[in-house]
Amino acid sequence: MALTAEDVKKIALLARIKTDDATIPALVTELSKMVTLVETISQEDTHGIDPLSHPLDLELRLREDNITEQPDREKLQQLAPQTESGLYLVPAVIE
Amino acid sequence: MHFNSVSTLKTALEQKRISSLELTQLFLNRIQKYDRQVNSYITVTAEKAISSAKLADARRAKGDTAPLLGMPIAQKDIFCTDGVRTSCASRMLDNFIAPYDATLVQKTQAAGMVMLGKTNMDEFAMGSSNETSFYGAVQNPFDIERVPGGSSGGSAAAVAAGLAPIATGTDTGGSIRQPAALCNLTGLKPTYGRISRFGMIAFASSLDQGGPMGRTAEDCALLMNVISGFDERDSTSVNEAVPDFTAHLNAPLKGLKIGLPKEFFTDALNPEMAKLIHDAAKVLEKEGAILKEISLAKSALSVPAYYILASAECSSNLSRFDGVRYGHRAENPKDLLELYCASRAEGFGKEVKRRIMMGTYALSTGYYDAYYVKAQQIRRLIFNDFNNAFSEVDVILGPTTPEIAFKKGEKAADPITMYLSDIYTIAANLAGIPALSMPGGFLQNLPIGVQLMAPIFQEAKLLNIAHRYQQNTDWHTRTPKHFAE
Repeated sequence: MALTAEDVKKIALLARIKTDDATIPALVTELSKMVTLVETISQEDTHGIDPLSHPLDLELRLREDNITEQPDREKLQQLAPQTESGLYLVPAVIE
Repeated sequence: MHFNSVSTLKTALEQKRISSLELTQLFLNRIQKYDRQVNSYITVTAEKAISSAKLADARRAKGDTAPLLGMPIAQKDIFCTDGVRTSCASRMLDNFIAPYDATLVQKTQAAGMVMLGKTNMDEFAMGSSNETSFYGAVQNPFDIERVPGGSSGGSAAAVAAGLAPIATGTDTGGSIRQPAALCNLTGLKPTYGRISRFGMIAFASSLDQGGPMGRTAEDCALLMNVISGFDERDSTSVNEAVPDFTAHLNAPLKGLKIGLPKEFFTDALNPEMAKLIHDAAKVLEKEGAILKEISLAKSALSVPAYYILASAECSSNLSRFDGVRYGHRAENPKDLLELYCASRAEGFGKEVKRRIMMGTYALSTGYYDAYYVKAQQIRRLIFNDFNNAFSEVDVILGPTTPEIAFKKGEKAADPITMYLSDIYTIAANLAGIPALSMPGGFLQNLPIGVQLMAPIFQEAKLLNIAHRYQQNTDWHTRTPKHFAE
């Protein structure tokens, strides 16, 4: 299936990836090729087949809801681009 | 000494013919001398390595006999290492100093192994040529015009060039086995859940699995003994007893049933390569194995199913990179949306963006059933294929790759041809089974890999077969001439 430039712009926004008009045509071509590749599975009859999500067919384990370790806030926030008084800074969300 | 196996170096350390410090220094010197040509390391941790080596020597002096005590190792730069940059070969994490160690890293440290550095890779492990790294392409030591494979291409090239005796890799669709094949190494993708993924930066969580890349099956077995095992910090880790992977390396192969899937020997495979794969099967036949043609009828569906599942999972895993808590942040965004979108546009490379967008599309409203659920159903069919095959045979043998190492740039322009480099490796990830690649000869002076696959948790069987094969062949002892000195 061929995607349009509009499709690609919409996907890019959903994926939170900024695009510019110069890069769109290449993305349209490449993503359309990928979609064509993956769509080949649509021809396979999978009626009544159980989807497989864990290769060993196991349920994920649960654990007791206990605090086992305390995060070191200072150490973790050293990695952040911008912090203040223990908070992460982002551009104003509410005017 | 730099091309010796880990098992040989282990004996040298045990007999005190060399200290860990001397061995570590030897590899650090080689890295300094050669890595400008290979580009196999993103970060070399020389100071840390020297202090760990001294510590290992002190432990040995006190009578510690841990099997890999003092053994140098290179870690793929996808494993978090406390206090050391962990970049995943992305601009996004160029400034990321991991605040903790991955479980696998912790285990190698507890065993007394000495980390030489962090190896280059395809960005976020997405690639089959190591050309998508933010830190530049890695060269194949057997021909520096060619790719080493990917995504664990730095690990493969480092060991092949004698810049580390052994390394770790991760394998989501072939990322341990394909570079091992192209660089003449033995590489093992263990059963999904065998090795903890805690602290291993996630690409596709239902497929990713770490594992060893070394010169021999025995070396991989030695490292498997260190890195395997249940980890409660990884909710997909499987609580299964860990055997001594070295215990049955020499077990006879008499009566072993080996299946050769007819779908792996079609026109897509280079005919000269097919001959070498058959030659390898004959070596095992001489050892008493029984060869049988089998069918993995749905294997052609594994590439398309994989590119839905892996892309979808990567699109959600990589949503954590938002420019707020860590990683790259764009300058002067006008609002929060712009902060996310610009940081991600600048931080991610082309291939990563393509896959995130493919995954986002597959998971978007109205498409989920047609893509993701359908691909999971295909995954079940592929899983059933293997179950049927393993009711007839003990293991499956085939090629690791359809061709020898390709030239740099040859496939970079068309992502789809690159994706087809993994046609023989992806199915094992989808089914969760262990699979190994071992050196099986040379074509045009470039190595080729023979792939073996076994039912879940039978890594020891794969290592046993590869070890017996390596007792009867010398392909795995061939090393690139250029790095001999």
